Amino acid sequence: MIYILQQALNALQLGSIYALIALGYTMVYGILTMINFAHGDLFMVGAFFCFLIAVYLKLSFVPTLLLSMLGVASLGVIIERFAYKPLRNAPRVSAIITALGVGLFLENFTLALSPYPQHIPTLINSTTWNLGGVSVSSLQIIIIVLSLALMFILDFIVQRTKVGMAMRAISWDKTIVPLMGVPVNKIISLTFAIGTGLGGAAGVMYGLAYPVIDPYMGIMVGWKAFISAVVGGIGNIRGAMIGGFILGSVEIMVAAFLPSTYRDVVSFALLLILLIFRPYGILGKPHPQKV
Amino acid sequence: MKKLCILFMSLLLLSFFMFGCGGDSSNIKIGLIAELTGDIPAVGASCKNAAEMAVKEINDLGGIQFGDKKYKVDLIIEDNAGKGEQSASSAQKLITQKKVVAIVGPNASRYALPAAEIAESSKVVLITPWSTTPKTTLDSKTGLPKKYVFRSCFIDPFQGRVVARFTLENLKLKKAAVLYDVASEYNKGIAEIFKEAYEKNGGKIVAFETYTTNDKDFSSQLTKIKKAKPEVIFLPNYYSEVPLQIQQAKRLGISVPFIGSDSWGSEELLKLCGKDCDDYYFSTHYAADAATPATKKFIESYKAKYGTVPDDVAALTYDSFGLLFQSLKTAGKNDREAVRDALAKIPQYDGVTGSMQFKEGSGDPIKSAVILKIKDGKFSWFANAKP
Repeated sequence: MIYILQQALNALQLGSIYALIALGYTMVYGILTMINFAHGDLFMVGAFFCFLIAVYLKLSFVPTLLLSMLGVASLGVIIERFAYKPLRNAPRVSAIITALGVGLFLENFTLALSPYPQHIPTLINSTTWNLGGVSVSSLQIIIIVLSLALMFILDFIVQRTKVGMAMRAISWDKTIVPLMGVPVNKIISLTFAIGTGLGGAAGVMYGLAYPVIDPYMGIMVGWKAFISAVVGGIGNIRGAMIGGFILGSVEIMVAAFLPSTYRDVVSFALLLILLIFRPYGILGKPHPQKV
Repeated sequence: MKKLCILFMSLLLLSFFMFGCGGDSSNIKIGLIAELTGDIPAVGASCKNAAEMAVKEINDLGGIQFGDKKYKVDLIIEDNAGKGEQSASSAQKLITQKKVVAIVGPNASRYALPAAEIAESSKVVLITPWSTTPKTTLDSKTGLPKKYVFRSCFIDPFQGRVVARFTLENLKLKKAAVLYDVASEYNKGIAEIFKEAYEKNGGKIVAFETYTTNDKDFSSQLTKIKKAKPEVIFLPNYYSEVPLQIQQAKRLGISVPFIGSDSWGSEELLKLCGKDCDDYYFSTHYAADAATPATKKFIESYKAKYGTVPDDVAALTYDSFGLLFQSLKTAGKNDREAVRDALAKIPQYDGVTGSMQFKEGSGDPIKSAVILKIKDGKFSWFANAKP
C-alpha cells in the first residue's frame, strides 16, 4: 500500500510536468490547427533560462520562475510572428516543417553555446518528510501544487474571461470571428505567449526536479507531452491536463510492477489501444468536414 | 565564455583540418575520433586535449625516428557527435580519405563498436582508450579476437569483478541493488558481470532495475529499489546521469551508499553532484593523487596546459598515443601492417595509467585497476586491485 502511494506521488509529479507542456501543444492546435513541434525545445529553453538566471543573476525561485516564463513567452511570440504567421494560409505541412526547423534551430543554437550538460543550482532547499513510510519532498509538493495552480489559472482565463472567449471563438471559426471585431492576431500572439510560457514554467520545474539539463532534453519529453495532448483530445485544454496525468501514471506504474525495460513498450501500447476506441482522445470531439 | 572560446578554437582547428589538410605529405598521420558534441562532450574534450598534448610532445622532440630520419606526426580529429553511425563514417573517412596509419578513439563502447568494425575490415589499427566492453576487441561473428582493434584500458568483466569483490570484502555489504541503462552497451555489460560475480561470492542482488538512455525520471525504479531494502546500490552509469539518480534516491529517502564504475571518473560528475556524491566509491583506471613520477609529470603538464586535472579518459588517450608511438618506432616504417604487428606484442609499456602488456592474440592489455573515493568534492585514491 505504502509502495503504491509512493508510486502515485511519483506519477503525480511526472504527470503534472507532462500536463503543463501538453497545454502548449493543445492551445496552439486549438487556435491554429497547427502542431507546434518546436514546443518541446521551448521547454528546454525554459530550463536553460532558469539555469542562466539562477547562476548569473543569482535570483531566488519565484523571480527565476517568472523571468523564465516571461523569456520563453516572448520567444514564443517572436517565433509565431516571424516563423509561423507568414505561413498561416500556406498548406499545413509547410507550417509543421517550419516548426520542426525552429525546434532544430533552438537545439543547435543551445548546443553551439555549450555542448556540456549544465547543473541547475538548488533554488529550493528540499526537505524530505516521512509520512508513514511514504517519502514526500517539499520540491515534489511545490511542483505539483504550482502546476495545478497554473492549470486552474489557465482554465479560468479560457472559460471565464473575454480574452478566453475570443480564443474559443477563434478556434471555432477563424473566418467569421474577425468580422465581430475580435483582434485575431493579438489573440493568437497571446495564446502563443500563454502556451509557451507554461512550457517555460514546466522547463523550470523539470530543471529543479532533474537538475542536469542538456540541449536535447526537450525532444523526448516534448514527444511524450504531445502524446498526452493527443490522448486527452488535442485542442481541448482540460483533455491535455488529463492526458498528461494519464501518461505520467502509466509510465510510473508500468515500471513499478513490470520489469522497467517494458515501460515504454507497455505505456505506448496502452495509448494506441485507447486511441483505437477513442480516436479523438478522451475529451476530444470529432470535427466533421463540411463539403 | 571560456567554453565558448574553446569551442570557437576547436571549430577553427577543425576547419583547418578540413580545408588545409596539406602539410608535409611524408608526415605520419594519426586519426582521432572523439565525442566532442553529443551526450558526453566532457569525455571528448579530455580525449582531444590529451591527444593534442601527446602529439605536440613527440613533435617537439622532432617526431618519430625511422632509420636516420625523423618524421613529424599529424593529428586529424573527427567529431562523432555522440552517434554510432557517425563513429563508423568518421572511421571510414579517416581510413580512405585521410589515409591515416592508425586511429585512436572513440571512447564510449557504444561508439567504439561500430568504428572498430570498420577498422577491422579495412585492416587499420584502432586503439580505443576507454571502451571497456569485451565485445569491442572481439569479432562479432566468430567471437575470436579482432586482429586490428586494441585498447589501453581494462575490460568490464575485470572491473565488474573488482567492484563486486570490493563491495563484499572491503565494505562488507551483502545485499546490493543495481540500476543501469539497458540501452547502452557499457552499462549493461558491467551490470550483468557485477551481478554474476557478486552472487558467486556470496552476495545477494535484491533489485536489478533498468532505464533507457536520456531518461531523467528514475523515481519509479528507485521506489522499487527502496522497497527491496538493499545495503548498497551499484550505478554503472555515465557521469551526466549518476547525479540525478543519487539526488532522486535521496529525495525518496534512500540513505544507503552508492558505488560506481569508471564512467563516474569525470570532473563533471563532481560539478553536477555537488556534495551529494561524497563518501561513495568507484573503480577506475588511475588515481591522480597516487601517481608515479612519469604520471606526475603528465598531470603537471596537462594542468599547466588546460587548467584541470586530467581525468581517466585523458590519461588513457595519452597512453594510447604512447603505445602507438612505441609501435611505430619498433615497426620502423609508416606502414599499417607493420604497426599492427609491433603493437600486438608490446612486452611492456609503462604508461601514465600503470604498466601494460599485450600478448599476440588479444587486443586487451594486462593491467590493474584502482578504487577511488569521493571526498570533499574530490577524487582520492582508496585501494589498488591487481589483475
